[in-house]
Amino acid sequence: MAATKRPGRLLRNLNGKIAAVPMILTTLVVFLGGTLWTVLYSFTNSKLLPRTNFVGFDQYERLWASSRWNTSIENLLIYGVFSLVFTISVGFVLAVLMDQKIRFEDTFRTIMLYPFALSFIVTGLVWQWILNPEFGIQHIVRSMGWESFVFSPLTNPDLVLYGLLIAGLWQGTGFVMCIMLAGLRGIDEDIWKAARVDGIPAWKTYTIIIIPMMRPVFITTLVLVASGIIKLYDLVVAQTSGGPGTASQVPAMYVYDYMFQAQNLGQGFAASTMMLLSVLIVLIPWAYLEFGGKKHG
Amino acid sequence: MADTFASGAVEPRGPKPRRVFSGRNIMIYGTLIVVCLYYILPLWVMVMTSLKGMPEIRMGNIFSPPVEITFEPWVKAWAEACTGLNCDGLSRGFWNSVRILIPSVVLSIIVASVNGYALINWRFKGSDLFFTILIFGAFIPYQVMLYPIVILLREMGLYGTLWGLVLVHTIFGMPILTLLFRNYFASLPEELFKAARVDGAGFWGIYFRIMLPMSLPIFVVAIILQVTGIWNDFLFGVVYTKPDLYPMTVQLNNIVNSVQGVKEYNVNMAATLLTGAVPLIVYFISGKLFVRGIAAGAVKG
Repeated sequence: MAATKRPGRLLRNLNGKIAAVPMILTTLVVFLGGTLWTVLYSFTNSKLLPRTNFVGFDQYERLWASSRWNTSIENLLIYGVFSLVFTISVGFVLAVLMDQKIRFEDTFRTIMLYPFALSFIVTGLVWQWILNPEFGIQHIVRSMGWESFVFSPLTNPDLVLYGLLIAGLWQGTGFVMCIMLAGLRGIDEDIWKAARVDGIPAWKTYTIIIIPMMRPVFITTLVLVASGIIKLYDLVVAQTSGGPGTASQVPAMYVYDYMFQAQNLGQGFAASTMMLLSVLIVLIPWAYLEFGGKKHG
Repeated sequence: MADTFASGAVEPRGPKPRRVFSGRNIMIYGTLIVVCLYYILPLWVMVMTSLKGMPEIRMGNIFSPPVEITFEPWVKAWAEACTGLNCDGLSRGFWNSVRILIPSVVLSIIVASVNGYALINWRFKGSDLFFTILIFGAFIPYQVMLYPIVILLREMGLYGTLWGLVLVHTIFGMPILTLLFRNYFASLPEELFKAARVDGAGFWGIYFRIMLPMSLPIFVVAIILQVTGIWNDFLFGVVYTKPDLYPMTVQLNNIVNSVQGVKEYNVNMAATLLTGAVPLIVYFISGKLFVRGIAAGAVKG
């Protein structure tokens, strides 16, 4: 493809350039411009309206002094680690099971993937209902005779994140399973034949041959899931509204509340810049691994 | 011989026919069935709860089927449920979502398909650079760009309007859709394009007469991706529209999580199901194309 050379004359490819105008505007104005604007204004003391009154790192100092923000970051870390570990390991194990030349594969996949079609709002509300202490699982187990049974993660500040996790995993594991399954199917049959000839047991083939071969798939999944976790917002809004108290606050919620509710734009900008920073921490090593050395194209 | 029922096209696979009830099979199918129960459970609970009356919910078990089936919660969720002062149910949100969905899907797909086509067949200096920025832009948290877009929309006089939201969906749909179309167009034989050029077809001629007819499947994938994505959006709906234009997800959340009044769980679940119905129907009809659409997000550019 790269070998195709088109005449460099401006008019000849005018249509191609016109067609790319929306992309150019989006990348320059919204993605680059918008991001730089927000970062720049995070150093101001903007309140109701953006103002160019620069105050250095004041907003960031206030941000990190705020207990709500610290809770949010802590929550995101806990949720993120558990979510990554579980979606990827469970997704992989399910993909392996699905790859055993089983019957009804389509049915199983349809069932595991349907939650991914639903919004986080729907997901959050359903699980809010199932985990409802008065009617949900706790109530049912109690009514079966185990009176002291306690299972109400959404009303317990120490457990609320795990309540979110149950819902988040329900929604997202099917997707990871599908990517992993595509990765498994992409592996050459000959590898399996060779391993079988050498008498290597299946589980060992997976751990010492297949998983290392699927490294790119794992990394891509990791990046996709991680960048999704950082954006986590709708699920929390629907399932817990950040409660009980501030026990399930997340950064995206902090940003929204300061920008659009508390009319403290500076804080919102500073918080969103921190979110950007966390994405970059995930993204830059990945981009380096993936495209380092060779040109992206 | 093992696959006599797998009519024709599939070649026999696997070493030898196995016994159906081997320990291995019991473990595989057992695990998958247990996992599937976890996946099905919430859908089951939603449907069952939405078909019960409140007295039955208070007495019974959320997993049990209704003793007396009632469709009243559905009617109420659709036409009477309250958000704030409005008591005209979810129907308003539904129609808002439809009005947002159709132009957003059409516009984003037109823009992205033409863009992907230009990126493959009509490259210019710098086009790959913009594309790279576009793809990396997909990873920037929306929160970073929320406010600058408020300002842009306000300047254009579109803030709080339906078209403003359509524009936002077009912008944020662009990275993934452009990637999807670009990769698909790249897989078409280049000779086709060259032959058409020799025959004197121009930019739009080739797009409409050759690219478009040859890429209908990828258009369907893009439509699936956008319909579910835009329907399920919550954040942009809250930020860029006003209460009377709120899409269905936002209205649903307001109905269910409203603190006023007695909680009617059956109505809430009917409302949740109604909101989930559109993407679910798309999902069940589209089948493998849906899988292809989401896999497109995982394929690297």
